[in-house]
Amino acid sequence: MAVRSEPAAIRAATGTGNGLRHHQLGMALLAAALVFAPLVLYPVFLMKVLCFALFACAFNLLVGYVGLLSFGHAAFFGTAAYAAGHAAKVWGLPPELAVLFATACSAVLGLAFGWLAIRRQGIYFAMITLALAQMLYFFYLQAPFTGGEDGIQAIPRGRLFGLIDLANDLVMYWVVLAVFFAGFLLIYRTIHSPFGQVLKAIRENEPRAVSLGYDTDRYKLVAFTLSAALSGLAGGTKAIVFRLASLTDVHWTMSGEVVLMALVGGLGTVFGPIVGAAVVVSLQNYLAGLGHWVTIVQGLIFVACVLAFRRGIVGELARLVGKPL
Amino acid sequence: MAVDDAILETEGLSKEFRGFLAVKNVHLRIRRGTIHALIGPNGAGKTTCFNLLTKFLQPTAGRIRFEGRDITALRPAQVAKLGIVRSFQISAVFGHLTALENVRVALQRERGESFDFWRSHSVLRAYDGRARELLAAVGIEAMAEVPAAELAYGQKRALELATTIALEPALMLLDEPTAGMGREDVGRIAALIKQVAKGRTVLMVEHNLAVVADLSDTITVLARGEVLAEGDYAQISADPRVREAYLGSEEG
Ligand SMILES: Nc1ncnc2c1ncn2[C@@H]1O[C@H](COP(=O)(O)OP(=O)(O)O)[C@@H](O)[C@H]1O
Ligand SMILES: [Mg+2]
Repeated sequence: MAVRSEPAAIRAATGTGNGLRHHQLGMALLAAALVFAPLVLYPVFLMKVLCFALFACAFNLLVGYVGLLSFGHAAFFGTAAYAAGHAAKVWGLPPELAVLFATACSAVLGLAFGWLAIRRQGIYFAMITLALAQMLYFFYLQAPFTGGEDGIQAIPRGRLFGLIDLANDLVMYWVVLAVFFAGFLLIYRTIHSPFGQVLKAIRENEPRAVSLGYDTDRYKLVAFTLSAALSGLAGGTKAIVFRLASLTDVHWTMSGEVVLMALVGGLGTVFGPIVGAAVVVSLQNYLAGLGHWVTIVQGLIFVACVLAFRRGIVGELARLVGKPL
Repeated sequence: MAVDDAILETEGLSKEFRGFLAVKNVHLRIRRGTIHALIGPNGAGKTTCFNLLTKFLQPTAGRIRFEGRDITALRPAQVAKLGIVRSFQISAVFGHLTALENVRVALQRERGESFDFWRSHSVLRAYDGRARELLAAVGIEAMAEVPAAELAYGQKRALELATTIALEPALMLLDEPTAGMGREDVGRIAALIKQVAKGRTVLMVEHNLAVVADLSDTITVLARGEVLAEGDYAQISADPRVREAYLGSEEG
């Protein structure tokens, strides 16, 4: 077993853990961009991007770092939207409590769905999450509190902590930005925690992780619940921002969209889902005039994207610079 | 021989796959502190035995006792926590993690089942020193920062061994540790197994009879799921039934 001396490039490419200064640099750039973005872009557009970026990051935590592909994540996003809408409108809770309640609802739902799904592998896991999400969709279609086809409309944004009026879009934007960063940093920390290290081991080789004594089902369940909760944080915030919770939020196409965002940006990358969300939301905005053709054009762009950048935009970029991004 | 001399014992262990008996009524007795080899033609049921002992498969019948305790009903992760750690026939490393991280995943097990997703992984640096020692012990310390997927085959097997030893297992189950290796690598891994077996018990599946002869205290020959013979190398190699089993079907 001759020990070959490895090129420094390999060492750099792995950039394992220690420091990860380029991640910190990336975050600083991202923060700066988002602070100045309202100068050139509409806050409402930016808030939509941020809500979906958080959703995509939460989804990516599961697929990119545990290797679990869920096709039912709309369940968590949509449930939180309804929960936040109901809490703010019917119960009159302030926005922070409404979103907190929504996040908790999604966490509980995630625990239940996860418990049912994680014993299955690969495509069966994807199918079970899809089936559960569809059942929930039909439940919300019938349930009285969701408002059926109309959804919950005119959800009050209210006053944050009873003090700050969120009616102004720019004020709302700063709040959404704070929520996004809190969620994003929590996900980042999770990926780079001792727990995250075990998740990656499970992704790489689950039987081996089991043979080392890790109860992998429990790790997967915690990760699933966390991902669901953070998807809920995104969905609840979205409902407050757009003052609307509707069937669109729990529909399977929403589950598909988040897969699309993560894929376009780059699965298993830190910044990919944010880029993916920005790309997909921008496309939808620009293509909105096409009506029903949006889906088809979006599909074509998606196919082109996946063919051209197999690792997603950020994934390919990471390969170019030789560092994980 | 004292009863507690056995670290692992099975009684009538059997496994059926849809009507096909892959393991039939196997009584095994692994003595503490020995290297015990499990040999037999391809398809004899050796890997299935490993899967049963580590609970990756549920036996159809029979009991397994480890350190006098019945472990038949335990889950695989529980068995591993008790100190039975296995390796796999196909080299099992965490490809995108570096060699150092691979070993650390095993070392951090001592933190217990921890779901602390809010904690920085810098706490894992405490294990770096020990991880490097283990990599050095198997001769791949220079590859510490290289992703496991990029290691040569022999290095992967060495890494797997380092990861296994990191858990300080009481009983190591090694499934064909030298399969697919060049001659130097085989010699090196054999020496390594001998070295790490000190103070532990090893059960290994091995096709290389030179390695078996060199390392094992006891050999159990399995054929068509049944124990055909048991003894030391001299006894086994003189046994006409063993010769027949090996000649009767292709050795691989
Ligand atoms: N999961 C399984 N399902 C069905 N048959 C299996 C399974 N695992 C092993 N077998 C069968 O059991 C027999 C023993 O296999 P195995 O234990 O892998 O043999 P060995 O490791 O001795 O070469 C083979 O005939 C194999 O096809
Ligand atoms: Mg085998």
